[in-house]
Amino acid sequence: MTKADRLDATFAALADPTRRAILARLATGEASVAELAEPFAISQPAVSKHLKVLERAGLISIGQDAQRRPRKLEAEPLKEANDFLERYRAIWEMNFVRLDALLDEMQGKPPKAKN
Amino acid sequence: MPFYETASVDLPTDTTVQVRRSFKAPRDLVWRAHAEPKLLQRWCVGMPGWTMPVCDMDVRVGGKYLWRWRSDEGGAEFGFHGEFREVDRPAGLAFTQFFDPGDVGGDMGEGALIRNMFEEQDGVTTMTSLMDFYTKEARDAAVATGMTDGMELSYQRLDEICAEAAT
Repeated sequence: MTKADRLDATFAALADPTRRAILARLATGEASVAELAEPFAISQPAVSKHLKVLERAGLISIGQDAQRRPRKLEAEPLKEANDFLERYRAIWEMNFVRLDALLDEMQGKPPKAKN
Repeated sequence: MPFYETASVDLPTDTTVQVRRSFKAPRDLVWRAHAEPKLLQRWCVGMPGWTMPVCDMDVRVGGKYLWRWRSDEGGAEFGFHGEFREVDRPAGLAFTQFFDPGDVGGDMGEGALIRNMFEEQDGVTTMTSLMDFYTKEARDAAVATGMTDGMELSYQRLDEICAEAAT
């Protein structure tokens, strides 16, 4: 998968609230499918479907225990997606810092010293 | 209303990006900074090393706008254009947005609908910018490449600036 494809898969996987909740649960430690299904008002097969999407996106993997087959969080793709959001945010923030200065000027406030 | 001291970016649905930021100013000033070309040109330049030499805006419902950015280094250009759909001073502005890749390339699908809302409380104005790209692919493309592929080139410089600021 190219970096762009990976990001597509990550964003697609993150676009669903149940999947985000599953990831939040896995952030506290690995869990079996049954354990993951418990807090949600949906069936185990429905949870399995969400897990497949997360797995395909590389966001989770299956742990060592062959019986429980616990799912665990894979941080790297999340970090990659977050890095992109962070860069996007940084561009906006650069604009907004300039806007802060302009609004100060429009209100007759003295310019802030740059630090 | 929380105070967004720095920009907050969320992906509330499959096709949207939401950017929120608070400003210590009355909302009419924030509105003007978004609606008056001379003011918009002063802050909305994106990356360091870019300017916004073209900023034509006919701010009324059905009125058109044309924005163009230029890189000081090499003179690459790109732009956005569209039409105002809602003009409600000082509460908000909504407009369509189409990408003109100019010299920098890239594609943003069939455009976007941008809705900027300004809420004021105790002298602080919080802006919510909700950008609907109509398709998930276009939304992800817009986020993943910042603004355009050409701007990606400048990221390295951004990283340098961030590294400098952190030391």
